Amino acid sequence: MKKCVQKHTEVRPSRSFLPGAGMELLPSFLEYPQTVHIFPVTTRAPGVSNHYKRSIPHARSPMLIGKPPDIPSSEITQKDDYRDYLNRRRFLRGAAAVGAAALGAERLADVFSPRVRALAGTKLQTVPSPLTTTGEQLTTYQDVTTYNNFYEFGVNKDQPAKNAGGLPTRPWTVRIEGKVKTPKTFDIEALLKLRPLEDRIYRHRCVEAWSMVIPWVGYSLSEFIKQCDPLPSAKYLQFLSYYDHKVEKWSGEDAAIFWPYSEGLRMDEAMNPLTLLTFGLYGEVLPNQNGAPIRIVVPWKYGFKSAKSIVAVRFLDKMPPTTWNDSGPSEYGFYSNVNPNVDHPRWSQKTERRIGQPFYAQRRTTLMFNGYADQVASLYSGMDLKKDF
Amino acid sequence: MKHSYLVVLKILVWIGCLCPLLLLAYRAVGNALGPDPSAEIASVTGLTALWLLASGLAITPVRSLSPRLNWLIRFRRLLGLFVFFYATLHMLTWLGLYAGFDLNTIKVDLTKRRFIIMGVTTWLLLLPLAATSTTWAIRKMGGKNWNRLHKLVYVAGLSAMVHYWWKVKPGVLSPAPFTLVLLLLLAVRPVLAWVQRRKVQAARRARAVIG
Repeated sequence: MKKCVQKHTEVRPSRSFLPGAGMELLPSFLEYPQTVHIFPVTTRAPGVSNHYKRSIPHARSPMLIGKPPDIPSSEITQKDDYRDYLNRRRFLRGAAAVGAAALGAERLADVFSPRVRALAGTKLQTVPSPLTTTGEQLTTYQDVTTYNNFYEFGVNKDQPAKNAGGLPTRPWTVRIEGKVKTPKTFDIEALLKLRPLEDRIYRHRCVEAWSMVIPWVGYSLSEFIKQCDPLPSAKYLQFLSYYDHKVEKWSGEDAAIFWPYSEGLRMDEAMNPLTLLTFGLYGEVLPNQNGAPIRIVVPWKYGFKSAKSIVAVRFLDKMPPTTWNDSGPSEYGFYSNVNPNVDHPRWSQKTERRIGQPFYAQRRTTLMFNGYADQVASLYSGMDLKKDF
Repeated sequence: MKHSYLVVLKILVWIGCLCPLLLLAYRAVGNALGPDPSAEIASVTGLTALWLLASGLAITPVRSLSPRLNWLIRFRRLLGLFVFFYATLHMLTWLGLYAGFDLNTIKVDLTKRRFIIMGVTTWLLLLPLAATSTTWAIRKMGGKNWNRLHKLVYVAGLSAMVHYWWKVKPGVLSPAPFTLVLLLLLAVRPVLAWVQRRKVQAARRARAVIG
């Protein structure tokens, strides 16, 4: 099927904090889904309608396609620039085929693996979810996609966005191993179609004491686990991330880490409906730096528990080794539930800095289980979370 | 150097030293401090203090290149005070944006986090230097005592360097350029002193021969 690139207009939370600015239209958590586009761009089954327009009762009347947007350019956020950037890159790829010699090595890589980056930003068809978090202002797409911890692509926050372009997100398969009836392999396209993709806004709390609010796209990991037929002896899950030193040549910068990146969950944690098998954010395919093409999101745990770019899921009868726990057992526990009462040895976890907020408004109180205690506290009844941090 | 030139230069140095702060303020108003503004403010104020400190330490060696550069000494106090100014802003960033002026958090930071202990130590080392920066203080203390006290700037430079290394993640090399420059500026001092001594001795010998 030919992929068509859709021109569309969106309104996203604005960064400006000058009085009045960015508050013109709607409460900010209602702002982002005002997406107008006629037909879906992806291979999603037709018939699943785009809920965005329906879900916003106060949304301004839909704009006609082709008509220039009637919002001031200052309200169009970086996301639109990003799309233009993608379009430019597609154009460049064509140009590179002609004059490859004149272009740098990075562009050359694009020519030889033309599907790289082609998917990030593709629209996904989604349905609403009762498990979404409400009442939070979304972190901008710009910040969500340029402020990342993805050490395979560099230790600085801005590096993954610059370096992850070479991650080959197609073809992509996920191996199922260990205590299952029959080991098998899922293709990413099959996983995308397994269940309707839901919009789930979650708070995201990093162990480094910063936080975001991200509109993820995916479905509960439990739906996937059911397809894997785990044996009763399967008590834990291990997630292994993509690793290729040729693609991720920045991974050597921190010698203390052993690759591939490994994370794990207890079976009941993995089966909790909040645990999200994630394919997208902001209604679109995950950008590579956010863990494309498939990752998990465990919103009540510190961010590093949410493994990115997963290539294998192992069902195990005992607790798997996990990357950060291996490199610093006293700093990063296996559970790593967000817990304001247990300090990291080098800093306090009582408060956090909300990314994208003005400097005087960044600091906020960290909530137990990142605010998801109602849904998950029962998983840990009887456990001493100071000991099993 | 003519007085009028000096006035113009002083104004330019003032503007130059205020630039990082003005730029920071401008970006804060436009909400353009990046995803993590608190970290950006901490980083800009800290780095400005470090590099101004290095510039101040460079004045003595550069002056020794030629007697015609003697006027540079007129800028050292200004640079030093700006170092203290930015170091104070840097510390306020920690106290306000990171600790939220919460006494308990500050206490925990000061007992548990070595990079913070080293940072506060640096500020405490700079404090008496800033306090005795007036001409009145120099006169009151006497040049010799004043000079001795202001040798503390070397210690402050070193402790700032250690603070920076302890702050970054192990394996991250961002403090390397400052470290290199600082160590060079410190190492060049004994060499200069030795050259100076040789000159004085030679002059003395020359006088003895003539006498």
